[in-house]
Amino acid sequence: MQFMLLFSRQGKLRLQKWYVPLSDKERKKISRDLVQTILARKPKMCSFLEWRDLKIVYKRYASLYFCCAVEDQDNELITLEIIHRYVELLDKYFGSVCELDIIFNFEKAYFILDEFLLGGEAQETSKKNVLKAIEQADLLQEVHSVLLQFSAL
Amino acid sequence: MSPSVPLQEMIRAIRSARTQCEERGVIQRECAAIRAQFRQADNGGRSHNLAKLLYVHMLGYPAHFGQMECVRMIASPRYSEKRVGYLGAMMLLDEKQDASLLITNSIKNDLSNSNQYIQSLALCTLACMGSAEMCRDLAPEIDRLLRASNSYIKKKAALCAVHIVRKVHDLGELFTKAARSLLTEKNHGVVHGAVVLITELCERNSETLERFRKTVPDLVQIMKGLVISGYSPDHDVAGISDPFLQVRILRLLRILGRNNEGASDAMNDLLAQVATNTDSTKTVGNAVLYETVLTVLDIKSESGLRVLAVNILGRFLLNNDRNIRYIAMTSLQKIVGTDHNAVQRHRGTIVDCLKDQDASVKRRALDLSLALVSASNIRSMMKELLSFLSSCPPELRSQTASGIFNAAERYAPSQRWHIDTILHVLTTAGGDVRDETVPNLIQLITNTSELHCYTVHKLYRALLSDISQQPLVQVACWCIGEYGDLLLRGECQETEPVQVTEDDVLDVLETVLQSHMSFPSTRGFALTATMKLSTRITENVDRIRSIVSIYGSCIDVELQQRAVEYNALFKKYDHMRAAVLERMPVIEKNSQGHINGETIKESQTVKVKPGEPQQPANQVCDLLDLLGGSEQPLQPSPALGSTAPPMPVSTANTVGGDLLDLLGGLEPTPITPVATVTVYEKDGVTVTLSCEKQSDSGLTVTLTASNSTESDIRGFTLQAAVPKSVQLHMKAPSGDSLPARGAAKVTQMVVLNNPNKVNLKMRLRISYTSQGSAVQDTVQIDSFPGLGQ
Repeated sequence: MQFMLLFSRQGKLRLQKWYVPLSDKERKKISRDLVQTILARKPKMCSFLEWRDLKIVYKRYASLYFCCAVEDQDNELITLEIIHRYVELLDKYFGSVCELDIIFNFEKAYFILDEFLLGGEAQETSKKNVLKAIEQADLLQEVHSVLLQFSAL
Repeated sequence: MSPSVPLQEMIRAIRSARTQCEERGVIQRECAAIRAQFRQADNGGRSHNLAKLLYVHMLGYPAHFGQMECVRMIASPRYSEKRVGYLGAMMLLDEKQDASLLITNSIKNDLSNSNQYIQSLALCTLACMGSAEMCRDLAPEIDRLLRASNSYIKKKAALCAVHIVRKVHDLGELFTKAARSLLTEKNHGVVHGAVVLITELCERNSETLERFRKTVPDLVQIMKGLVISGYSPDHDVAGISDPFLQVRILRLLRILGRNNEGASDAMNDLLAQVATNTDSTKTVGNAVLYETVLTVLDIKSESGLRVLAVNILGRFLLNNDRNIRYIAMTSLQKIVGTDHNAVQRHRGTIVDCLKDQDASVKRRALDLSLALVSASNIRSMMKELLSFLSSCPPELRSQTASGIFNAAERYAPSQRWHIDTILHVLTTAGGDVRDETVPNLIQLITNTSELHCYTVHKLYRALLSDISQQPLVQVACWCIGEYGDLLLRGECQETEPVQVTEDDVLDVLETVLQSHMSFPSTRGFALTATMKLSTRITENVDRIRSIVSIYGSCIDVELQQRAVEYNALFKKYDHMRAAVLERMPVIEKNSQGHINGETIKESQTVKVKPGEPQQPANQVCDLLDLLGGSEQPLQPSPALGSTAPPMPVSTANTVGGDLLDLLGGLEPTPITPVATVTVYEKDGVTVTLSCEKQSDSGLTVTLTASNSTESDIRGFTLQAAVPKSVQLHMKAPSGDSLPARGAAKVTQMVVLNNPNKVNLKMRLRISYTSQGSAVQDTVQIDSFPGLGQ
């Protein structure tokens, strides 16, 4: 995978994960153009499109668009499954996730993504294991911040 | 899970801003506060501040001043700070920034940390944005982690290795052994990572590929385990056990089985099993089936399996889900060349997809439809394609038009059908066709003499209704100019004739001339057509004369030049006008390069009176490009470019002289002579000849000259003449000087076409300058080696 974007129906970016080295300016331009292209598509259209020289796979969940750019050899249908798995993870973590959860807890959304995908590829194919790892990491963070509070006293 | 309050408050504040301006104000204030906090000494809220900055960055505001803070946070011992620090690094830093190098050391340290979650942060960041230098630095660490750590770390290390190999190809060697051993692990994540790593290694290096072929049985075993095993709650997705892993294994098998019989055999059974047993009601099942089909079609599978794969694609085509149909067409496109008949069976469904709403699906259907056109289905396919053309999205039009032309050219059942089809395309999508369509169509029209009347009628009618489509207008003008008399005669067998007067025809041409929609080139066509009509009509010649003289002062230089010359044709050379403007001979289909070069050929219809009025005739020649050779060599007119239709000057005429002046053609393409015979040997100059049959009537002759005297020869030229019905085309010689003592040779290629199969003879005139004196000699060649006469 080259990158993943999450954006709202108004075109506001909620998450952007880039796995290829591009400058900030280039990223902005790509995001802008791609978001516009996808928002212009009608609801029943194909989830796949060829855009510039990339294969784009996208799916809308409620008010959020999940969009991935994959390489030529990648299987588009399994990419749809990857997107779906990520949504399921978010849903399990936040409990019936909605866009606001992702807005106010964006860093958590990133942490979950980083436990699921690494370097653009899926690293863990079991939902349970991903959630367990996040839980443990969160716990570690808690412990450390509790220690911090104690040391500040 | 304690919410980071300051962060959420800021987000709320930003979201409640009603205007862009207000939002900017809030953000500026916050950024100032954040900057101030960064400068302060270590306090408890550092991670919150950085998180706030990252949010601001995501909204699109500049955040580069946070880069150093990321570096500092990563080095912090506290996990919460590290976490946000690494996140910031992945968002704000990319490998092109200098600051990214600073975190290399931190990553190195964290990779050896005792806590696996800290190790995981480092691995994630390295795999996301590690530059080539960082990768080189840390590769040994990653290799160590691949071998001696828990599965949680191993799976991440494997994917990190993938990133490293992508950045620095040579480092692939380092990971080969570890990758191999990872395949035997039980943990799905680790196996998945190993498969991805092996795939990457094999794609980059063919030796590695050879080595990993031995793993095919293991991979097959793993797959079997996944497919046959019962329900496994951890990895199940809609009844399929770990589809992600299945898809990756199938992809690796594809790479290993490509071009290798042994490996392909080993996986045959497995692929058949997966293809038949996988449940295809949900997307996830179809994903696995899709990958299976791709693999089957790419390896050396047995025919039964291939049929199974194509059938699966056929089923996909009928699926309600648009995505699946799209996927099916993409795959069918890949095999339409090799398994043509199998794909033909689904032609109906594919053609139906042309009417789909979705542009991507339409594009796929178009590509596939064009590939499926054949002699047997051309009529029905063309109907579909033409109706598609009238309703297709604009970005697909020119592709459709050229596809239709190609198909029509290859499979046209009749000339009339062909012309009709091209006219249909020009009327529907005239603006999107390529430039060479016009001369191609003109050439086609001249070749079908029995349909001239029909064609000119159709074109006249088209012109009456619409003069905006330039290619159509150009062809129509040309035809009216050529066959205007047929139009005026008022009778036609093939179609309803029009009853027009000469004035009507001239009106139409004048409208084109004056219309603001017409391109300059189109105007040129119209003017020439008007001129040609002067010999085909009887009453309104004066009108033509006046039109022509008006354009004598036109601003467009090209038109002006034409008009002035036509005027001259009226005034001084009126006696020549009829001959010059006669019907054009049949234009031969020729490839791009043959612009010049003369042929000795019986003139077909055009006669030229040799002698005095050469000047204007040559000028007219340049423009009308009708006449080929006279006794003087014809220079290829540079104005040919865009104005006149680039008609190849292979149909020329001559008074029938024995020898012609020759023009250089293209670069000489020497061919290895098949059988060589010496045709001339005198005074140390030797000319040998060899020939090669190109086709039933075509022959390529190579003449090679060498000089065995003690002095150099300059200005060496060869001229050739052949019997009347044979066409000759001499290409440019490789040079014109023969150094002494055979140091180098001169070769010249001659292309002959002998359609009437007459006895082939050639007279060769050799001229050169040696030691200051000019020498000329002639030799006749009566037999050609290798011709088998």
